[in-house]
Amino acid sequence: MKAAVLVFPGINRERDMARTLRLTTGRAPAMVWHAETALPAGTDLVVIPGGFSYGDYLRCGAIAARSPIMDAVRDYAGKGGLVLGVCNGFQILCESDLLPGVLMRNENLRFICRDVYLRVERSDTPFTRGYNAGQVIRVPVAHGEGNYIADGETIAHLEGEGRVLFRYSSPDGMIDPNWNHNGAINAIAGIVNERGNVFGMMPHPENHVEAAIGRTDGRGLFAGLVDTLGKAA
Amino acid sequence: MKARVTVTLKSGILDPQGKAIEGALRSLGLAGVSSVRQGKVFDIEIEGGDRAKAEALLKQAADKLLANTVIENYRVDVLG
Repeated sequence: MKAAVLVFPGINRERDMARTLRLTTGRAPAMVWHAETALPAGTDLVVIPGGFSYGDYLRCGAIAARSPIMDAVRDYAGKGGLVLGVCNGFQILCESDLLPGVLMRNENLRFICRDVYLRVERSDTPFTRGYNAGQVIRVPVAHGEGNYIADGETIAHLEGEGRVLFRYSSPDGMIDPNWNHNGAINAIAGIVNERGNVFGMMPHPENHVEAAIGRTDGRGLFAGLVDTLGKAA
Repeated sequence: MKARVTVTLKSGILDPQGKAIEGALRSLGLAGVSSVRQGKVFDIEIEGGDRAKAEALLKQAADKLLANTVIENYRVDVLG
């Protein structure tokens, strides 16, 4: 796998992401600065990590979404290339129109930094094939703006087409407002685009991949990508 | 020329910040406030004196960056 991790001013999770990619794919990713106009040749996975690009000025992800490298990412995604956005990366994908909807301020107005439970909605996508449908995983979140919303028509499309891949749930997989930490509509934690190659999620699977940290629930996502790209090669 | 772009949340979009401000106004004892919605104001200086051109430029700026039209409306005022 030839992964590229995008780096914007104010991003702070790019090293966690690079470490995880090295551990799970056996190869260090290329770190690509936002002012670049092209992705490294042969890139088969683009990862937009978390953080606070441009200090969250204007709207979270708004300024990063207009940076030069994002035109290259749009071209790459248009050709079917895999894109993963985590946390601020998800916000950037929404602001780039690569994913629909928007991440609003958390319903309780607080920055939430804790482990959450996610129910895997389906296992037949490049991003979730390392899990079983219905499986519950535990991964951390750290965000102030993760409250996903879109217009009714968009939500109907997302739900009807099975494009919600993760939902906030209880430890036993029940969808319950008490476990929907940020108030996201339909407890949505991660969605994929219509073509199925661009995925964004608020939680951080890259932070639960080592037993020494305590949990390895995030490994499935990266294992699924390795498996997908291994088969494509 | 001076201009102002005002960005407001569309109706129906939950505004937790507006709600918090509303609560704070009440707790200050300012009676009579029934609702608060928070928005943004951009004061912008435009080169040249062509009003129509300025309006078109600012509309573009709002569509491309200043507003997220999924959740926000905007208004352009060229003040002259």
